[in-house]
Amino acid sequence: MLKYVLKRVSLLIPTLIGVATLVFAMVALSPGDPARVMLGERANKAQLEKLRSELGLDRPLIEQYGIYMKNMAQFDFGESIKTGRKVSEEIKELYPATIELAFFAMLFATTLGIIIGVLSATRRNTWIDYTSMVGALFGVSMPVFWLALVLMMIFSVGLNWFPTGGRINIRYYFEAITNFYILDTLIYWVRDGDPKFLISSLKHMILPAVALGTIPLAIIARVTRSSMLEVLKQDYVKTARSAGIAEKRVVYRYALKNALLPVVTIIGLQFGLLLSGAILTETIFAWPGIGKWIYKAIEARDYPAVQGGVLVIATSFVLINLVVDILYSIVNPKIRLQ
Amino acid sequence: MERSADRLPPIGKQLDVPDEPTFLQESIHQLRRNKAAIAGLIVIALFLFVGIFAPVISPHNPLEQTISMRKAPPFTEGYLLGTDSLGRDMLSRLIYGARISMIIGVVSVGIALIFGLLIGVVSGYYGGWFDKLVMRIIDIMLAFPYVLLTIVIVAILGASLTNAMIAIGISQIPRYVRLVRASVLAEKESDYVTAERSIGTSNFELMFGSILPNCLAPISVQATLGVGEAILSSAALSFLGLGAQPPTPEWGLMIASSREFITSAWWIVTLPGIATLFAVLGFNLFGDGLRDILDPKLRD
Repeated sequence: MLKYVLKRVSLLIPTLIGVATLVFAMVALSPGDPARVMLGERANKAQLEKLRSELGLDRPLIEQYGIYMKNMAQFDFGESIKTGRKVSEEIKELYPATIELAFFAMLFATTLGIIIGVLSATRRNTWIDYTSMVGALFGVSMPVFWLALVLMMIFSVGLNWFPTGGRINIRYYFEAITNFYILDTLIYWVRDGDPKFLISSLKHMILPAVALGTIPLAIIARVTRSSMLEVLKQDYVKTARSAGIAEKRVVYRYALKNALLPVVTIIGLQFGLLLSGAILTETIFAWPGIGKWIYKAIEARDYPAVQGGVLVIATSFVLINLVVDILYSIVNPKIRLQ
Repeated sequence: MERSADRLPPIGKQLDVPDEPTFLQESIHQLRRNKAAIAGLIVIALFLFVGIFAPVISPHNPLEQTISMRKAPPFTEGYLLGTDSLGRDMLSRLIYGARISMIIGVVSVGIALIFGLLIGVVSGYYGGWFDKLVMRIIDIMLAFPYVLLTIVIVAILGASLTNAMIAIGISQIPRYVRLVRASVLAEKESDYVTAERSIGTSNFELMFGSILPNCLAPISVQATLGVGEAILSSAALSFLGLGAQPPTPEWGLMIASSREFITSAWWIVTLPGIATLFAVLGFNLFGDGLRDILDPKLRD
């Protein structure tokens, strides 16, 4: 077991170096001059030269790469061209918003997805099964940003049930503690006895989480269904049934546990994907997370911000996948023996 | 031993056994029985037809603005699906959008297939340092979530529809490399390859003439699903302003440019999304059906 984990972790380092290199190349190969972007069109040649030497852009590419890798290793992403603040500081503030959104999207997708998957498998070839699977097919075929807009059109603009964007009612005087707003507002509620902050942050959460969670919901439902059907065919299930154990108990107590193994992998992978899928959802719901921030940074050619943001998301993605793989090898010993 | 030899028919005499259907015949037979796959195929054919004959069937020029007809609702006379905020005919724009989306799907997946198959076959067949290098690069590419990878590549190349197709194509390469490499590794040691090698068949012929055709079933499933994914990705890139540029009637861009009208003109936002949904649905249905058909393990 330890050997497997060490092997996986040692593979991580070259991957991360590769990721950082690709992100460096992204900026080095990009058309346009960062100094020009920072100073605007009217800057003269002397000003440009000065800034270029300040940024180290006049040095040979290989030297720039060395400096860059050294900084990255220390989580120093430089300063944002647009705001002048440290990129790492901005990420620290914004990332919790994205993680929180991805978490609730995943919570929605997992709960509903597993329920739908199990129901379709146990009621195979009934209208429940057909409806859910057609629904799941629609779910994976849908443009997420479009779904987000349609949800907004119906529930925010039409019915006025939910706000159209943001994380909390901006008229409330609210100071974040951890930047995980649901957690923060929960603390407020416990501390001051006023639930209005929590209600507001939950209301802001629902539509973005549903929009972001739709694709994973559909995928989880499909995987749960097929995995459950597979398990229900196994001999031990037949034995349990023939022993006269109630069908409900067979399904939920014996079959589900094994059926969820592949689902766990999917959940982990999807969570990693959501961190980047959030770029679209955050842009639409004006959610102040890292996705919307990267998008704005690309638009503004704010290279240090793009580099830092992309690197943080890719690293998280790699780490999540690693954790999922290790967890999976713990519950399924066949994997680590290969 | 003698006994069994006795039972064999004399050489040259035809056995009285009906011909076994070939894998292809069997697959076509299975396809006819798979309603979902047929439905998918019909949807794909419909979108292809609409895309190819766009200039013939669209009632208006998709770029022509009729200022007096701005934001006309569906079923307005002469504008079946209404007009957008600049008075352009929605139906015609959707029809041309189908053409663009089909091109995006085919070109992106084409790029991914050409490079993916080539790299996958060579690295699986020869192994060695090339294989190691390829697998490392693939790992790095897979370290980026798909959406982010396409965005990063477009950020390098610059925002345009062509670059979006290239970015989506590149992002889809890893899956084909892995798929083909795994199949090649499995086929490489099989008897038919050893037999062919022993009669002096060249490496090139072995790779592309013998081994690759045997991996085509999983590849065709992946490619079909890949087209749907490419259509979704390009819509997303265009929505973010990183793909098609105005006034191109690309579905994602149509949704993006009508965002501000969701309160006043629902159809401008809704219709391009529905078009995208059904086009992608067609490829997903057919791809899923194809997987069921081509996987002999799933046959009863």
